[in-house]
Amino acid sequence: MIPFTYTRASSADEAASMAIRTGHKLLGGGTNLVDLMRKNVELPSCLVDVTALSDSIKETQEGGVMIGAAARNSAVAAHPLVRTRYPMLSRAILAGASAQIRNMATVAGNLMQRTRCIYFNDVAGSRCNKRSPGSGCDAVGGFNRYHAIIGAAPACIATHPSDMCVALAALDARIHVYNKNATRIIPIVDFHGFPADRPDLETVLEAGDVITSIEIPVSPFAARSAYRKVRDRASYAFALVSVAAGVTMRERTIDDIRVAFGGIAPKPWRAFRVEMALRGGPATQEAFDDAVEAELARAVPLAGNAFKIGLTKRTLSAVLTELTGDAR
Amino acid sequence: MSNVQNAVIGTVRTVLGWVPSQWLPGGTPDPLIERRAAIGQQASRLDGPAKVSGQARFAADVAMAGLSYATLVHSPITRGRITKLESGAAEAAPGVILVMTYHNMPRLGIVPMIGGTNLSAAGNSALPTMQGPDIWYNGQVVAMVLAETQEQADYAASLIEIDYREDSAKTSFENAKPDSRAPASVLFEKNHVSIGNAEQELNRAAFKVDNIYRTPGHNHNAIELHAVTVAWDGDTVLLHDATQAISATASAIAKLFNLKNEQVRVLSPLVGGGFGGKAFWDHQIIAVAAAKLAARPVRLILSRDSVYRMIGGRSPSEQRVAVGADAEGKFTSIIHTGYSIMPPYAACPEPYTLGTRAIYKSKSFEIIQRYLDLDIVPNTFMRAPGEAIGTFALENAVDELAHEMGLDPIELRLRNEPEKHPISGATFSQHATRQAYLDGAERFGWEQREARPGARRDGEWRIGMGCASGGFPYVRMPGVNIRIELRRDGSAKISCSAQEMGMGTATVQTQHAADRLGLPVEAISFELGDSALPVAPMAGGSSQTASLSGAVIAGAERLTIELLRLAGNDSPIAGLRAGEVQLAKEGIASLDDPSRYESFRSIMARASRDEVTVTASGSPPLEMFKFAMHSSSAIFCQLRVSDVTGEIRVDRMLGSFDCGTILNPKTAASQFKGGMIMGLGLALTEETLFDERSGRIMNASLADYHVPSHLDVPEIDVIWTGIPDPRSPLGARGIGEIGITGVAAAVANAVFNATGTRVRDLPITLDKVLSEIP
Ligand SMILES: Cc1cc2nc3c(=O)[nH]c(=O)nc-3n(C[C@H](O)[C@H](O)[C@H](O)COP(=O)(O)OP(=O)(O)OC[C@H]3O[C@@H](n4cnc5c(N)ncnc54)[C@H](O)[C@@H]3O)c2cc1C
Repeated sequence: MIPFTYTRASSADEAASMAIRTGHKLLGGGTNLVDLMRKNVELPSCLVDVTALSDSIKETQEGGVMIGAAARNSAVAAHPLVRTRYPMLSRAILAGASAQIRNMATVAGNLMQRTRCIYFNDVAGSRCNKRSPGSGCDAVGGFNRYHAIIGAAPACIATHPSDMCVALAALDARIHVYNKNATRIIPIVDFHGFPADRPDLETVLEAGDVITSIEIPVSPFAARSAYRKVRDRASYAFALVSVAAGVTMRERTIDDIRVAFGGIAPKPWRAFRVEMALRGGPATQEAFDDAVEAELARAVPLAGNAFKIGLTKRTLSAVLTELTGDAR
Repeated sequence: MSNVQNAVIGTVRTVLGWVPSQWLPGGTPDPLIERRAAIGQQASRLDGPAKVSGQARFAADVAMAGLSYATLVHSPITRGRITKLESGAAEAAPGVILVMTYHNMPRLGIVPMIGGTNLSAAGNSALPTMQGPDIWYNGQVVAMVLAETQEQADYAASLIEIDYREDSAKTSFENAKPDSRAPASVLFEKNHVSIGNAEQELNRAAFKVDNIYRTPGHNHNAIELHAVTVAWDGDTVLLHDATQAISATASAIAKLFNLKNEQVRVLSPLVGGGFGGKAFWDHQIIAVAAAKLAARPVRLILSRDSVYRMIGGRSPSEQRVAVGADAEGKFTSIIHTGYSIMPPYAACPEPYTLGTRAIYKSKSFEIIQRYLDLDIVPNTFMRAPGEAIGTFALENAVDELAHEMGLDPIELRLRNEPEKHPISGATFSQHATRQAYLDGAERFGWEQREARPGARRDGEWRIGMGCASGGFPYVRMPGVNIRIELRRDGSAKISCSAQEMGMGTATVQTQHAADRLGLPVEAISFELGDSALPVAPMAGGSSQTASLSGAVIAGAERLTIELLRLAGNDSPIAGLRAGEVQLAKEGIASLDDPSRYESFRSIMARASRDEVTVTASGSPPLEMFKFAMHSSSAIFCQLRVSDVTGEIRVDRMLGSFDCGTILNPKTAASQFKGGMIMGLGLALTEETLFDERSGRIMNASLADYHVPSHLDVPEIDVIWTGIPDPRSPLGARGIGEIGITGVAAAVANAVFNATGTRVRDLPITLDKVLSEIP
């Protein structure tokens, strides 16, 4: 760890004015950033604590929910509004990390957390294009069981590790970002980027941007929604594959559907092709299989993670079978 | 060990065979097997209250005036040489007291290595510590920074610039095979065992299995990080160390730094887990050297990353196991061969075939281990070295054979129970594997198991049951010295430089000493964890309890003789000899006529003595050579495998143990359960990701190296036969390691029973299971 200074921002404006300075980095719960500082992956010269930003969880006028950037993961998962309207979000959050980490972690920090690629984390011994663009990637030919099968690039095959974000992707969440007296709203599916040539650029945020809240619109999927996480340990392990899904049925037909995958892509992966294939169609095994085939047609498996293709298919199919069960 | 040593051990064994057994210590069973009060009682650990209330002080907690803090720098390359070393920026950084590299590290020799020949040694590496620019393995320590605070040291360490010239390194398991070597012996056993023609017997066996089993490397992950706090005072040095080798650490430091043994003191009253990983490594040497150069007390706590880089772990293995059986299921052939890594500078082999020699009878055997020489941090012992992974291969194979034969796997095992040691022919001192199996099967409800794989389901979950045998040899170490101070007020203090890694050593020896000396438990204090106390060997091989017990017996004998001498002619016990009395009811009584008795208090008062102090050393462990002394276990497991994801979730486990007398059910159950939980990690999640391209460990953290989490650990039931071993002190054998053995095979066999998929490659992750589920 290198020496750094610490300061607290009491408002988004203050945070934004500090965040734009070189070497300044916003600090939420610190559960990711501080770990990375200890490993010399992140080298900020000043930490700007933003836990004083809003942590409120409130209903919006439209009937959705607005979650303040500094709300702790555990508070969100436990909140009655979230539990009743977006049960899949509660489950996704509770499937992540440990109780202690969730108590510290903020939702903004969760959105911004970095990959768990073991080569990314190894400053002393490994090359990584995400850490230093153009230096090479040791993960491609190395241990890549936890890496991406879709949306990756030869330069970087890292996954976005969040569970919460997968549910947010399925729920069409909107990220409110403040900078220089202006707030813009970014749909979550556009928030995280593809690695392509610049795997170091992970989100669309620019210098001085501060996340102020996450808005989740009204969702008709509460009754039929699920988050399923497949992992190596029963708890406290990142997803090999995860599925967030919600459906509404009209008799035996899928009226509308939202699906997102975690653990297989550089960003929370909204499965638009699955949704397109299933919307308005029957809830049958064949339909599920065809839909996921369409989504994963472009998958590029690696030596260590080819099993994720089959695993994604099976997991989605099981989730959808369960969600549409009594309607079939 | 050499051929010469093999020959010596062989000769000793032959000679002992001729000696009438009464000659041997333990030839007449220890009387306390029958007559015990405190032993066998449930008792909480004496160190418990201090630990749960935060009072306990570990090596990294000791406060000292003027303490300085150290950070280590590790080589990121595997083989080569340092070509440039620039430490100016680090030296100029705030708070830095000293940067130590091979340039200014004192010139030191090599420490004595752990081994059968030198019990006072605990070294794990024969490589020099920061003595030159050569790099032997990835993670080798190349520099140390000492600063006023830990943070300053960490930061300054990042400023050291080192250039390396990289040479080609040996990092591929597969590529090293052609150059493998077969040592003459593995620990105390001859390596190559060839009885009959096992290949031929296998070929013509009515039933057979013949497979390759693979186990990955494992790293040590004791909760307490390795830590040492060091202070020199003139020409004496004090180490507060987290070690399972107190005396050996003191003598290693004395030897390296040219000191007399009395000039070095090692204190280690509490250790937060050892498991084989906390013997002697580079960090103790570096801390002592740094404290000398800087003339400041030094604290060196290894980071978790450093533990992975510089403390060796369990070697990976590739094992071939073949078992042939006749039509009745009697084994006609057992073949167990394979490879593990053991660089020439390492001291601890991975003896995965040793268990196979003692567990089943067979018409023929072919057993041999080969070592591969790779450029790695020297591998070391880890809980049940050998048996932990050897039983995975063998007990998987036996289960496969049973399935092949359509026989219950317990039945197959019982049909091949040996009456005597299958290789040496020695008599078992005590052996009740059969009872362990029968008791375990009944309590676990083994009859609920469906023999046909995949027959039981619960929704998407397939349910399976499996079992496997575990085992571990009895070891009693020579060279345990002890001091007993009996005081006129009726209390006694026992002292020994033994180590307490949380197992309950002091607790159990207090119980033992109470019964042995005929005193109430409250009257006993047991002092350990200090090299200034009488010398003891390192805690390892599940041997400490038996070894200490042997020494307490010897001490009690000395004390008896001394008390009889003091009692003189005016005592009711006058004229009795040591063999004719026992220590009981706070005094000495005749064995034949208990009314002939005199209390300690009265003897000492008459002799005007406030205390009587004796020292003694445990008898040579001749029983080990005369008898086959092994503990065994039957492990049962029930688990679920998801049809959808291949995820494995263990629902319950039972361990049924045959380990002699259980001295304290509470501490024993903790050892068994802890071992079984570690076995679950071995079975399902633990794996050192060693990148063969670079020779580097890639998952050097608890986030990336998966030990079982709470939710992975099911209800665990443990039972034991409790049958005393008539040849050991108290009838007890070691219990610290056996818990982990057999677990991985029981899990693998349950996975097969659930799914029909046989995974022969640890850990059993969902992708390996999934590939076979339609
Ligand atoms: C051992 C371990 C296991 C874990 N397991 C899981 C798991 O299974 N699933 C899972 O989903 N997660 C898991 N996590 C990750 C955890 O969810 C994240 O560490 C956490 O959500 C990060 O939140 P934080 O507030 O602590 O972020 P910090 O560490 O404080 O910050 C993370 C990033 O967010 C930025 N940031 C913070 N606030 C703002 C803001 N207002 N605007 C813009 N940028 C901001 C910071 O600058 C930094 O770059 C695990 C973490 C650990 C350590």
